[in-house]
Amino acid sequence: MPNIVVLVKRVPDTNARIVINGDRVDLSAVKWVISPYDEFAIETALQHKESAGGTVTAVTLGPSDSDKILKDAKAIGVDDIVRVWDDSWGELDSNAIQSALANAISELGAEVVYCGKTAADTGAGSTGPGVAERLGWASVSNIIDAEFSGGITVHAPTDKGTEVISVSGNAVISCDKGSVKVRKPNVKGIMMAKKAQVNLMSVSAPASTIQVVSQSSPPAKPEGKMFNGGSSAEEVAKLLRDEANVI
Amino acid sequence: MSESIVIAETNNGQVSPITGELVSAAISLGTTPMVVIPCTDSSIADGTGFEGVSKVMAVKGGCFANYDAASWAEAIDAAAPNGTIIGAATPQSKDLVARIAARRNISVVQDVVAINGNNLTSPIYSGKAMQTVAVNGDVAISVRANIFASAGQASSEVSVIDQSGDVATAVKDVIARASSRLDVSEANIIISGGRGMGSPDNFSHLEKIADVLGAAVGASRAAVDTWDDIPHSMQVGQTGKTVNPNLYIAVGISGAIQHLAGMRSSKYIVAINKDADAPIFAHADYGIVSTWEEALPVLESALSAMMA
Repeated sequence: MPNIVVLVKRVPDTNARIVINGDRVDLSAVKWVISPYDEFAIETALQHKESAGGTVTAVTLGPSDSDKILKDAKAIGVDDIVRVWDDSWGELDSNAIQSALANAISELGAEVVYCGKTAADTGAGSTGPGVAERLGWASVSNIIDAEFSGGITVHAPTDKGTEVISVSGNAVISCDKGSVKVRKPNVKGIMMAKKAQVNLMSVSAPASTIQVVSQSSPPAKPEGKMFNGGSSAEEVAKLLRDEANVI
Repeated sequence: MSESIVIAETNNGQVSPITGELVSAAISLGTTPMVVIPCTDSSIADGTGFEGVSKVMAVKGGCFANYDAASWAEAIDAAAPNGTIIGAATPQSKDLVARIAARRNISVVQDVVAINGNNLTSPIYSGKAMQTVAVNGDVAISVRANIFASAGQASSEVSVIDQSGDVATAVKDVIARASSRLDVSEANIIISGGRGMGSPDNFSHLEKIADVLGAAVGASRAAVDTWDDIPHSMQVGQTGKTVNPNLYIAVGISGAIQHLAGMRSSKYIVAINKDADAPIFAHADYGIVSTWEEALPVLESALSAMMA
């Protein structure tokens, strides 16, 4: 019966306004949530467990303010919740984060890991494949569907169409929004989550070699040209050719 | 100058033009790039060459028949084990550079849109902010399209190396796309519709213009969520696809943060909306306050006349 891990991350609500204060984003006023794609990962992990048995452990990396999203994951239905952190850590780069998570996953004895295709804050999508490589596992990214009869079969869109991929052995699978409906926590789940214990895990991570220099607002666009009425579309078509040179 | 490795993008047995942009990005980093072409048939490298590259290397192996992250990273890393790695910010190449970075225990910076010495800038929070990081030593990066001018074509030394890796996944089947249309993630021009289109049938008016321009048709989340006939694969936005085409035409789309997050970095944005106060107009280079029923036929005939 598979030992399943799902990676989750605390991010600002995707509808939040991102404010810049000095040369850093100021997140003091945002609402925090589980990164949206991680919800698809939790759902896929739970479906895997329902089909094959085993356990689902939600793992996050961060200080104690990440406990809330672990409890949210518990309310949705995961069995155990684990937070990886060391109080000596500051800003970690991708190399440090992936190493720490891979160490934690090894220690937990997991055989399959689900995660979101990207986190809503960085949008990078590096964690899934990076963790897989460190574990020496297979990885499939951006899946939109999964089946669990006789191993794991996933659907992943490519430029040729949707590939149906069978995964043998241990793997990290990153989840896109697909056909799955994400379940919501029920009252029993919420009550259980309140009492749930976050297991703290301390692992080693290498020093970071990438430092954040600054964060800023995106460059403002020059004011556009406004036109009234549908007939102005002809003028706009000419501007696209003669001024913008894009057609 | 230190060496770097540019991983060529390929499509239908050809090296894609964005590869020249990656060469420029590598040179901006102060490195001399070698272009690596993953392939099953090394003839793809014939005639491929760019100004400023040390050489072009076709890495030929059975594993490159289908994308499998583990074997691709293994084979490319074995063929080109040193230097900063530069790939395109496509879903596949972002995945690949992350894997190669992890293999070498180096860090990865995705979606780079500016390079200034050792400082790399990428959008964060879906483009609601930008972040600049300083890198020390080798890194792996992915570079967004349409940012760097392509390096000029030149004749380069071409070598071929046989190198495969252990394939960890098996493609059992490929379900062909329901639509033969260009996908939004591949298009230089995108025309998208929102709930303002009134019904999914009216997307045919967008398709007509897409046919004239060779564009892809996209949709807002509101449209995808409202109408079953508009698939999620068409969705542009935070929970859909992030695009940065040369031209993005938004029709009947109000411009929710969700949608802006996926398209605001487009080079030129045209907005057509009947509501003059729609937030999309603040991001448009050209805004037309009009119903789509009035504007699209005019746009279609004007574009048809130009492209004829």
